[in-house]
Amino acid sequence: MRYVACLKVTPKVDQIRFDEVKKAIAREGVENEINDADKNAIEAALLLKDRHGGSVTVMTMGPPSFDPFLKLAIAMGADEAILLSDRSFAGADTYATSRVLAAALNKLKEYDLILCGEASSDGSTEQVPASIAEWLGVPRVTYAIDVDVRDSKLVSKRSIQGGYEIVETGLPALVSVELGSNSPRFPDFRRKRWAESEYRSTVWGIADLGFDPVEVGLQGSLTSVEELRKMASPARKGELVNGTPHEVAARLAQIISSSGH
Amino acid sequence: MEQTDGVLEGVSLEVLGKAKEIADRLGVSVVALLLGHDASGIANETARRGANVVLLADSPLLKDCTIEAYLKVLLPLVVKRDPAIILFGGTHNGTGLAASLAVRLGAGLMAHVVDLEVNKDTGTLLGSVPGFGGSIVAICRCKKWPQMATVRPGVFKPLPAGNSSTGKVERVEVSITEGDVKCRVIERSVAKTEDISRAERIVVAGLGTKGDLVLTQKLAQALGASFGVSRPLADKGMAPRERVVGSTGYSVNAELAIVAGVSGAAHFASGIRSAKTVIAINSDPNAQIFKHADYIVTGNLFEVLPELIAALQASGGSSR
Repeated sequence: MRYVACLKVTPKVDQIRFDEVKKAIAREGVENEINDADKNAIEAALLLKDRHGGSVTVMTMGPPSFDPFLKLAIAMGADEAILLSDRSFAGADTYATSRVLAAALNKLKEYDLILCGEASSDGSTEQVPASIAEWLGVPRVTYAIDVDVRDSKLVSKRSIQGGYEIVETGLPALVSVELGSNSPRFPDFRRKRWAESEYRSTVWGIADLGFDPVEVGLQGSLTSVEELRKMASPARKGELVNGTPHEVAARLAQIISSSGH
Repeated sequence: MEQTDGVLEGVSLEVLGKAKEIADRLGVSVVALLLGHDASGIANETARRGANVVLLADSPLLKDCTIEAYLKVLLPLVVKRDPAIILFGGTHNGTGLAASLAVRLGAGLMAHVVDLEVNKDTGTLLGSVPGFGGSIVAICRCKKWPQMATVRPGVFKPLPAGNSSTGKVERVEVSITEGDVKCRVIERSVAKTEDISRAERIVVAGLGTKGDLVLTQKLAQALGASFGVSRPLADKGMAPRERVVGSTGYSVNAELAIVAGVSGAAHFASGIRSAKTVIAINSDPNAQIFKHADYIVTGNLFEVLPELIAALQASGGSSR
């Protein structure tokens, strides 16, 4: 069994600032991290490997500066890392992103289960997992809380509105893993040192995947951003309610009884 | 249109209402696509809520939404009609289906829009797409037609039944076989859930409750209010996901939101933007949440809430 976890390196959302003059996102000094839900996807893959054997490959699309995050996944226990890196891949929307990831999976040829996080913390489109599956023509199970492989089938509990369902499908398949559905393990310290000094990720560029530059990145995207705006927060009163808990409660009760009437 | 076990998803009616508004502006008609089993009842409802035509694909194989089978039925219907715009509710199944269809059509897909504007002359659709936890909104468009978007639940209003003229329901032939259903649903458990985006009053608990939700739930009860949580509490399994307030959950539109023990990061704050009055209680005087509050209580919620519950009970606070 080969499990492939696709991950995204995202800026830490709480460090993001909006430059009101340039109408752009100020990324200077903002730290990156492996997207939270993707850590859950890596952990789900590692749990399957622990349980059933096999290998875990991790894959991301991004500049060479993202390689340390792949090494982090190696230190967590992944066996192999692939960096999809090319200037022409930049600026991709979910259509162009999923297209490149799917092409890399096709180049790998052998994969049994592809795991993604349910969504990224920056874009939050939730589109990439199902899109990759569609490019590859494999069945997809999204928002999985629990992932297992039994008798060469994916058996997965997934969350739906108001509850859950258990879905079964043949392999190869793709599953997107819900944020917080497991506790990602910490990187192993010695393996991390080894990965940093000895391990070399496989790097594939546009020529390796056989694309024309117009098919990928910004040019290959089918949506465009016209403008960025800071989401205006509504004006709030910001009135301080002070006093003993008893006094505060009395004032709040007053506010509550006059609200919405 | 999306259904689960024969019940229409609320967001589908919201999407339909918006579709009708856009179609009226462009002078075109709204075609609703409904896939399911024994679904003529909800097809008729769809026809009363803004659709000019409802295409109903009714088959036991379509009872459960599985993307591969649904896509196989949906694709030829869409291709034949060649629409300018295709909208989906931004639910789990709606998003998966929309993303798959977009790849197949080679169409751009805007994610979880909170607003849609159409240019009357060009037909170009502009979508407001929240990003970075909802602190920034990108005004997006699709580079070619059809233009596609998933719509965030709770932002648009459904049309009241029968307000507009009733549309026509057309049954379409379903020619898929069992082999086209790649994912088999072997078990499902769905509880009747409350739509927190529709609550008039809501109490929201955060990590400051230390996972002890008794007091916040009591307060909700005393107020006759709905109950929500911040995402970390749901991740710890303290509450189901349909109670999450914020960019990874629901936006609340309540007259009153009482937010207890929530730090107030951007991804949470975007979820209470449409609340009319916000009361925030937090022990940290520098908590971010206070920037988004009308009334600021710096204090221990374990001391304040029991007093508040007592005060409300004394004044008959739940007598709404």
